[in-house]
Amino acid sequence: MEHAVDVLPTTDESAATASAGPPTTRVTLDVNGSEHPLDIDNRMSLLDALREKLALTGSKKGCDHGQCGACTVLIDGRRANSCLTLAVSAEGSAITTVEGLADDEGLHPVQQAFLDRDAYQCGYCTPGQICSAIGMLREARAGWPSHATHDVALDGVVLDDDEVRERMSGNLCRCGAYVNIVPAVLDAAEGSAMRDAADSHAAHAPDVPDASVTRGTTAPDTTAATR
Amino acid sequence: MKTFEYERATSVRSALTSLGTPGTKPLAGGTNLVDLLKLGVERPDLLVDINRLDFGGIEPTDDGGLLIGAGVRNSDLAADLLVRTRFPLLAKALLSAASGQLRNMASTGGNLLQRTRCTYFMDTTKPCNKRDPGSGCPAIPGASRELGILGVSNDCIATHPGDMAVALTALGAIIHVDTLDGPTSFEIGEFYRLPGADPTRDTNLPAGALITAVEIPGLPFGAVSTYRKARDRASYAFGLVTVAAALDVEDGIVRDVRIALGGVSHKPWRASIAEESLRGKLVTARSFEAAADAELAAATPTEQNAFKVALAKRMLVGTLHELAGGHE
Ligand SMILES: Cc1cc2nc3c(=O)[nH]c(=O)nc-3n(C[C@H](O)[C@H](O)[C@H](O)COP(=O)(O)OP(=O)(O)OC[C@H]3O[C@@H](n4cnc5c(N)ncnc54)[C@H](O)[C@@H]3O)c2cc1C
Ligand code: FES
Ligand code: FES
Repeated sequence: MEHAVDVLPTTDESAATASAGPPTTRVTLDVNGSEHPLDIDNRMSLLDALREKLALTGSKKGCDHGQCGACTVLIDGRRANSCLTLAVSAEGSAITTVEGLADDEGLHPVQQAFLDRDAYQCGYCTPGQICSAIGMLREARAGWPSHATHDVALDGVVLDDDEVRERMSGNLCRCGAYVNIVPAVLDAAEGSAMRDAADSHAAHAPDVPDASVTRGTTAPDTTAATR
Repeated sequence: MKTFEYERATSVRSALTSLGTPGTKPLAGGTNLVDLLKLGVERPDLLVDINRLDFGGIEPTDDGGLLIGAGVRNSDLAADLLVRTRFPLLAKALLSAASGQLRNMASTGGNLLQRTRCTYFMDTTKPCNKRDPGSGCPAIPGASRELGILGVSNDCIATHPGDMAVALTALGAIIHVDTLDGPTSFEIGEFYRLPGADPTRDTNLPAGALITAVEIPGLPFGAVSTYRKARDRASYAFGLVTVAAALDVEDGIVRDVRIALGGVSHKPWRASIAEESLRGKLVTARSFEAAADAELAAATPTEQNAFKVALAKRMLVGTLHELAGGHE
């Protein structure tokens, strides 16, 4: 399934080099634990490489400009927008997509929490939401503050609705499933504070203490959804 | 998208050598550059990937400041306990920017050089003096709501859109740069430019140079600081007006103060006039308002962004009240 050409519009300049074809680079991408040697058009995003070259269509293209989060994957355990990552620059990193989260023992706890809480409608944003939530929970366990954190100088993170909404604001849901996404993420946070299951799947996860995430008392939902 | 060659730099020196050829751009997090490649605004022939270069981490300096390597990601900088305790305004500015994903990607060097979000600049079907010199500025009579009110020119009213640089401007940070001719540095106020008659250049960074580090000088009252951001939605949006400030009060008198405004100019705007007017003054609503008025007296807004003058004043006064809390 090699569709590199039809996802990249041909321009005048590329016509000029058409005889040689557009500049490509031979890279090996480490995706979900397997190595994929690929010839990549230098212009290709990691998102397009995953979808068009590796047929991993779980990661979605919403905006292609970093504005929606549908393309979120984990790069070396950290959440990132694959639409703004050049595939050629991803060589040497461990990439985890939504397809790489479940294992023989079952779904990833965050996936399970989304199912249990019915945290989607059409599902288009869901792979990005799930990858983002996994990255976000790691960040919270590492004690990272957020814009919703009252005093950034204090250590320790208490996740509540406001914190989850702020930390997940990079993932838009056109169906407005936020009211179920927030509890799903909080459920997963509770689970991940007790066991390290959330981290067992992706390699290179940052080494972070587990105990620093506590679930705050869930205040009545008065915050506007971060759209 | 125009085609380009790609190479991974193996050392700062090799990157500088490649950057010596016009049409070459460094690639860091790519969150602005890749976006602008897709839009056809940036059209390099060669990208030099500097992501695997080691520019250093976050180090405390002898004077109580910090030295931050150009490759440090925005998320790591915001999470650093030294940053959070010495300079909370910087952590808060970073945390108010973009999204968790983007902050994980965005580098300190790339963040400083992010380009304006002016819609005409980003749309290659439109004239824009910054992108296409001499083609005109449709923003001035057009969609100017998000654009500049201070230091604007007849050729360009674009704003620096970022948050981090506003905090760094309040802190008087030093931008360390390396070139083929050797290293040099800029006080951040000298690094950024006003548009004048040549809006094509956002900064005074020499052609082919690399930012290697950002140094924040020690500031004893840096811990009494904050960052406020007014925007069209509660998260994941660029600022309309932002304020970074640090305040030192003793016996109800302003001993020292640092203020910068974002979203109002081509460069992060150090509010030197307001600072000067506040030093030695009583901590009162009246002195805060007078300082804001003095700073904003030179504002030349358009009809669409006139609201920014009032907004900037209220944000500045509100931020100072917050920092002075207990001393009034
Ligand atoms: C949807 C969206 C929302 C955003 N919201 C905000 C926001 O609210 N606030 C905010 O501040 N920012 C925001 N941003 C912008 C983001 O912060 C910047 O894109 C990012 O900081 C740029 O860093 P980078 O490492 O990705 O730079 P790149 O995109 O890699 O590079 C940017 C520029 O800097 C040059 N460059 C990079 N590193 C160096 C170096 N060391 N020396 C010399 N030149 C260099 C590149 O050649 C390029 O010209 C947003 C971006 C997106 C896409
Ligand atoms: S597709 Fe990447 S952020 Fe929208
Ligand atoms: S479930 Fe439809 S976009 Fe989120």
